[in-house]
Amino acid sequence: MSLLLQYVANGLAAGSLYALVALGVVLLYRSSRVLNFAHGDLATLGVFVAFTALARGWPYPVALGAGLVGTALVSAAFYRLLIKPVRQATALSLVITTLGFALLLSGLMVWIWGTDTKVFPFPLSEVRVYRLGGVVVSELSAGSLAVGLLLVAALSLVVQKTRLGLAMRAVAQNPVAAQLLGVPAGRVLAATWAVAGGLGAAAGMLLAPAVLLDPFMMLDPFLKGFAAAVLGGMDSLPGAVLGGVVLGVAESVFAGYVSVKYKATLAFVVIVAVLLAKPEGLLGRPFHRRV
Amino acid sequence: MVELRTSYAQDLRLVSGWTGWAGLAFLLAGLALLPLVAPRYVVYVATLAAVHSVVAVGLNLLVGYTGQISLGHAGFFAVGAYTHGLVLTRLGWGFWPALLAAAVTSAAAGYLVGLPALRLSGPYLAIATLAFGLATHQVLVNWEALSGGRSGLFLPEIRLAGASLKDERVLYWLVVTVTCLLVLAAVRLLRSYVGRAFVAVRDSDVAAELSGVNLTRYKTLAFALSALYTGVAGALMGHVVGFLEPQLFTLFESVYFFSMVVVGGLASVSGSILGAVLLTLLPQLLSGMGEALNVLYGAAVILVLRFEPGGLAARWLRVQRYWRSWPL
Repeated sequence: MSLLLQYVANGLAAGSLYALVALGVVLLYRSSRVLNFAHGDLATLGVFVAFTALARGWPYPVALGAGLVGTALVSAAFYRLLIKPVRQATALSLVITTLGFALLLSGLMVWIWGTDTKVFPFPLSEVRVYRLGGVVVSELSAGSLAVGLLLVAALSLVVQKTRLGLAMRAVAQNPVAAQLLGVPAGRVLAATWAVAGGLGAAAGMLLAPAVLLDPFMMLDPFLKGFAAAVLGGMDSLPGAVLGGVVLGVAESVFAGYVSVKYKATLAFVVIVAVLLAKPEGLLGRPFHRRV
Repeated sequence: MVELRTSYAQDLRLVSGWTGWAGLAFLLAGLALLPLVAPRYVVYVATLAAVHSVVAVGLNLLVGYTGQISLGHAGFFAVGAYTHGLVLTRLGWGFWPALLAAAVTSAAAGYLVGLPALRLSGPYLAIATLAFGLATHQVLVNWEALSGGRSGLFLPEIRLAGASLKDERVLYWLVVTVTCLLVLAAVRLLRSYVGRAFVAVRDSDVAAELSGVNLTRYKTLAFALSALYTGVAGALMGHVVGFLEPQLFTLFESVYFFSMVVVGGLASVSGSILGAVLLTLLPQLLSGMGEALNVLYGAAVILVLRFEPGGLAARWLRVQRYWRSWPL
């Protein structure tokens, strides 16, 4: 029993990171109908910016802040300069544009920072552990779970309680009607992209101390976040969080009881199974197409 | 200078006029004679470009003509390569039966992946195919009995009509012949009822269904055919590299295939070949850049979509049209 609890605890920490990535993916998908394949690379960029700032001797909060803000700006600029001009285009061309940007970003990061792995210094340690009645939790996973929950709560406050959040929801529901009622849809979407980029970068910074930092660091967590978004429902923010946590716990339990080797494959089996059985996901609304 | 077509037979012709035939003869002769004059390295790169052309043509059948996204073509590439390699080494079949086995298995994989595609569209299909490609890669990495793991699966020496495929010139001739046959098949297929059905599905699946196109059959057929092309290319790729390892079939490979099709031109066979050749040459010419080469790929894809969504093929048509009516 305590073994199971341990697996669940490990899974929750990983799941909170998946949830952060999934939130970014869902935020963008439901507002601009774009599946952002550059989400992971944007997040990695943020970690690299923070890493460089730390290496220059900047204090922690400033360096991490610089990474978050930098990613948010690049993400918003990506939307304004590259996505918006092709907005009238098909799902295919939007997907291709984000893929192209993902390649461009990862190439740039390889160019600037090289492919060798780096240690990302972080105030929380992975080695120091807490014991909570038989369950061992490292300081780092406890921290990332806490920060993850905090960010999810902050995001839901922003989306539900602020004017910006109201505008975001309006634009997501019906961009034309929102624009007619005076919502500056372009600016709101750019803000949405910035928020999504920032969330991704936060997930990256929480992950970087546990794995080593390299330009392809976020590839795997990004794909897991994707799977979490599909599992929860591509247009539901609570769904993204639920999907992330469920996927994290499922992976951890699967690795513990069935097979460590195929742990990473589980996410992709989940994607295909969900898409086949319940394409709208756990909490999403079923989609209908108007002809 | 507009060519007037006066009969159906004229419309069906693939090559017309003596200029067309002369150009074709010149092209084929050039392809056949290349290994006799070019250095070994150039022959190797040309073989690689031919293999990629087969993938690009296959992927374009699916993405450009039928309008279905696939980000998992490295998966089909792997299925073809490993089927071929395993049948050669474990069962000891000959080259041609093994190639056929690779074609059949990858087509079957394509059919299976195509089934969910009946219910999914756009971004959802992108995710499902992405998942297929990644899962294939991970199964290969982890199932060492099947794939030989990280040490790889070495292919035996194959002799065809007394010539060894270890000789890169022989391999080149083999690969280019197969490529030409598959390209011809694709061109002819696209001009048939099947090709028109693909395009109809792409432009509006509802309208296509109302016009009597069986969506189930043609969507899965497009997936199966596309996977068949990719699988055959994978089998040939095994001989080009000499051994198979999971790292040949990563997500990046799928994305590179996709870039080839986009840069070359969606819904254009000649564009696919152009894109494949260009994006095969680029890394060879700029080998000093290493993985930073992704900057070029990414920028190329974004710029093409932004300024010439039809890719290089559309630009080429435009240039032709310009000179045809020059100096007007």
